[in-house]
Amino acid sequence: MHDEFIHDTLIHDVESLFERMRDAIPAGAVRIKEASEAGRKIVGCYCAYTPFEVIRAAGAIPVSLCSTSEKPIAAGEEHLPRNLCPLIKASYGFALTDTCPYFHFCDIVVGETTCDGKKKMYELLDRLRPTHVMQLPQTYLGEEAKRAWRVEIERLAARLEEFFGVTITEDALRREIKIRNDERRIMNAFYDLSKLSPAPLSGLELHTVNEFFKVSFGDPKALELIRELTRKLRENHENGQRRVADRRRIIVTGCPTGKSLEKVFNAIENNGGVIVAFENCGGVKPICELVDETLPPYEALAAKYLGIPCSCMTPNVKRLDLLEELADEYRADGVVDIILQACHTYSVETFQVRERMGEKDVPYIAVETDYYQGDTEQLSTRMGAFIEMMV
Amino acid sequence: MATCIGVDIGSTAAKAVVLGEDGTILFKAAIPTGWSSSEAAKSLWTAMEEMEKAEKKPLTADARAVATGYGRVSVPYADKTVTEISCHARGVHRLFGRDCTIIDIGGQDTKVIALAGGRAKDFLMNDKCAAGTGRFLEVMANTLALDLTELFDLAEDGKDASISAMCTVFAESEVISMIGRGRKKEDIAFAICESIVARVSAMCGKQGGGREFFLSGGLCGSEYIRRRLSDTLGAPVYTDPLARWAGALGAAVIAGELKN
Ligand code: SF4
Ligand code: SF4
Repeated sequence: MHDEFIHDTLIHDVESLFERMRDAIPAGAVRIKEASEAGRKIVGCYCAYTPFEVIRAAGAIPVSLCSTSEKPIAAGEEHLPRNLCPLIKASYGFALTDTCPYFHFCDIVVGETTCDGKKKMYELLDRLRPTHVMQLPQTYLGEEAKRAWRVEIERLAARLEEFFGVTITEDALRREIKIRNDERRIMNAFYDLSKLSPAPLSGLELHTVNEFFKVSFGDPKALELIRELTRKLRENHENGQRRVADRRRIIVTGCPTGKSLEKVFNAIENNGGVIVAFENCGGVKPICELVDETLPPYEALAAKYLGIPCSCMTPNVKRLDLLEELADEYRADGVVDIILQACHTYSVETFQVRERMGEKDVPYIAVETDYYQGDTEQLSTRMGAFIEMMV
Repeated sequence: MATCIGVDIGSTAAKAVVLGEDGTILFKAAIPTGWSSSEAAKSLWTAMEEMEKAEKKPLTADARAVATGYGRVSVPYADKTVTEISCHARGVHRLFGRDCTIIDIGGQDTKVIALAGGRAKDFLMNDKCAAGTGRFLEVMANTLALDLTELFDLAEDGKDASISAMCTVFAESEVISMIGRGRKKEDIAFAICESIVARVSAMCGKQGGGREFFLSGGLCGSEYIRRRLSDTLGAPVYTDPLARWAGALGAAVIAGELKN
């Protein structure tokens, strides 16, 4: 299944590396189709809380299911209320209309009780594909919550063992934890690039690599491509080559990002800004912390995954701390909080984020949007004015 | 002598202001935007050229131009584009000279801008929805077969009515059912204006507010709306006869700062 990535790994310039990544993103579905036809088990996932290591230790391939297009929303609304976040409606709509190739080939779906809309949606999804829902605690604080989450991870393991007729050994878990940590290290090294000034790549390119990483499925050759890009970009930067002009450095935070939200990235980058980091679930948030390889596997996994600072947690001070840290490390000139319409947790949290950024004197703006492209102009005005204010 | 041109292509009206080197207004014009922003931009340029010929004043030669408004990218003679938020702030600063909170009820969107030290410090914009915008008023006035001036005049004599729906479509059906129930036109007009005043005031509250407000943009000519806003906000709302030009004026001011 890894053929697409077999190329001579000699010298690639940066542009052709990006080009190959862009090409590989739509091809990800084909690779999953082939893997599935070759007898590999596929597990569909929606959320950063899904412990990939357990799925891989069961010999299956975890894949991120499609959830960020406006196309299947109308279909999703046939069963779901209209005033629900577009991510949930799109996820369900994709499944219902069988237009997500990853969903088509997945044997089972793993969901988590994050926000109310999602957890109720999973009940409907279960009719389309067996859906295993992990009961997520509402807080990452305290040993009890961690214990509860550990039980849930073990319950997932048991379900997968039964469903696929396999045994998940401790050795396999340890091996997968190590591999996934290496992947995280590769991505963290890549993210570190944008701490340089001026930024060596645009946010749109950053996003492309995030999407590429999503479809790398642990393939060492794909990961090598990211490593090589990182090396090349750093080298070019050190040699004084500049691909991006010195612009206002923006951190994007908030709800998960995706294809339909590129309109916001464009609005930022066409109006004098450059995105240096995505704090969202498609970016640093789920990657920045590793799994502790010295602890017993389930305990280590529980600690790592429960520590993701998602707004479905209460309290969620960790997100504010992380943002503050990122603002320093990436020398951010501003923070843009993207809120998907009807996402209550992130929406309410804007108050605290605004407050915290205010204390730090980091300009902050929250924008509410959905997957439709009708507000492109308005977004451009908003982002433009936001950046113009940073004089 | 270099002049400074500010062009504001809004969703309903396109405006141009030309400032002389000493900051005096040499020219101003407003035309309906129509269906094409670039046509509107061209018409404004032609108007400038005609005045140049007629009065033998240099307007376009050697000028620096800044375009703003949603059609700002379609102004071929602009040296730079700046968002209407920054331009409004600069324009109002030029007209009012003090820190304040600017209320701009536009055709497509309504903005509340905190003006501090002559520049926009923070702002709020309505979320992709016509409630609280000029568009809302237009649709409602249409339903009553009135133009905006008539609507405001009638509202003066109305009382005790309200529209609860925020959405323009639902509000329109509320208006229609009020007509059906035989409510006086004055009361319906009053309800329509109160709805927009409430919505805009709520935005001002969210923005944090200021002790002084300034009404700019298309509705600044309405003494009635200004007064109702002031009553609801419990704070003075100022305006200026030139306030509807604030965006174009601010653009011209910014053009004056561009390096040659
Ligand atoms: S934002 Fe929260 S709920 Fe959404 S994918 Fe991330 S962790 Fe999951
Ligand atoms: S964006 Fe918000 S509402 Fe939507 S799935 Fe994520 S947490 Fe839930």
